[in-house]
Amino acid sequence: MNDQAAVQIHGVNKSYPHFSLSGINLDVSRGSIMGFIGPNGAGKSTTLRIIMGLVRPDSGTVSVLGRDIPREQVSAKWRIGFASEDMRLYQAATLAWHMAFVQSLYTDWDADYAARLVKLFDLRTDQKIKGMSHGQRVKSGLLLILARRPQLLILDEPTTGLDPVARREVLNELMEVLADDDRTILFSSHNTKDVEQLSDTITFIDRGRIISSQDKEVFMESWRRIRFEAPADFRLPDLPGTTESHVKGRFASLVTCRFNPDLTDRLQQCGARIHAVERLTLEEIFVAEVMRSREGGQS
Amino acid sequence: MDHEFLLSQSDGRPMYQQIMEQIKWRITAGEWEPGFKLPSIRELAVSTLVSVITVKRAYQELESEGVIFTRQGKGSFVAEVDDLGRRLQEEELELKMAEVLEMARSLGMDDHEFIKRLRDMADAKKRGN
Repeated sequence: MNDQAAVQIHGVNKSYPHFSLSGINLDVSRGSIMGFIGPNGAGKSTTLRIIMGLVRPDSGTVSVLGRDIPREQVSAKWRIGFASEDMRLYQAATLAWHMAFVQSLYTDWDADYAARLVKLFDLRTDQKIKGMSHGQRVKSGLLLILARRPQLLILDEPTTGLDPVARREVLNELMEVLADDDRTILFSSHNTKDVEQLSDTITFIDRGRIISSQDKEVFMESWRRIRFEAPADFRLPDLPGTTESHVKGRFASLVTCRFNPDLTDRLQQCGARIHAVERLTLEEIFVAEVMRSREGGQS
Repeated sequence: MDHEFLLSQSDGRPMYQQIMEQIKWRITAGEWEPGFKLPSIRELAVSTLVSVITVKRAYQELESEGVIFTRQGKGSFVAEVDDLGRRLQEEELELKMAEVLEMARSLGMDDHEFIKRLRDMADAKKRGN
């Protein structure tokens, strides 16, 4: 067992009548942030729930902070903070009541940090949950988790539905967690901008399968869009890694997932004049990966 | 610790290049002198809200360019090179010159013509002063 891993999933399968997760492998190393991206219904939440021991896989192994899940989930959970959209807080109780409740359960509760978070998140402890806005509820839920100082944070769509100010407040605090190099965050999102900025590694999931999982820098470096001018008799050479190409009159472009400088040399040898070599945003990479995976799966 | 690095998501360049540039600015401005200890990778990641791997990438590239050096377990430091600030500025100048030259060539201008235009421009500026 790799003790540098905060989360390790191997060969996990789970079937439902209308959806299945298949062959999920995932490694999240300690001290890192992994962004977990997928379209709605791709299996992000199910995967996170399996990691938390809330869903039992049909087969495969799951280990979290060195504990076997679900067998040792109780001892693992003391050191995990999990937040999801459907997290229930008591509507009729105040934030202060929730803070006291969590503090009574968790010995690691950091009261000073909790008080600081109340200020940073612009919350009021005497406010009842039912009177809160969506953003205030999300921030309250996160506060209750962060103040326990868990070793591993598993966050299902932490920034969904937040306004830009609340989003920034939340992202700031997530980075603060990482100041301690032994703590780990795994968060799912369909906001690729958040993921692009914060993550060390990125995993794409679609239709119940992991389609790609790599260091962010590797993703960003391997994809390029090349725009070029093609001579009249131009024929696109067979370039490995080309995912998309358009030739319209003299203007042509191609997208590659295996960029290296030889590629532009090859195009020039075929008479192309290179206009631009552009990086793709993570969103474009994500869409391209999903399309490629879906085409591959259908053929 | 606030390092006042300003990174932009709408700047077309990748984050690691923006970090490299801002570190170089501090060195050319003389704010970070040779031997100055850089913030740790994690510190800088937290204060700039970018991932650890991105800052690591920036440090690695700066190291391979000879701008900083890293001592195992001690951290990263600004290289002890004479006139490092000046060298960095000259490198940037050369990059820009190469870009302009490339553009002139792509317009089909021969190098002599280009150099003549540059000289004319320099003369005109001199007269203007």
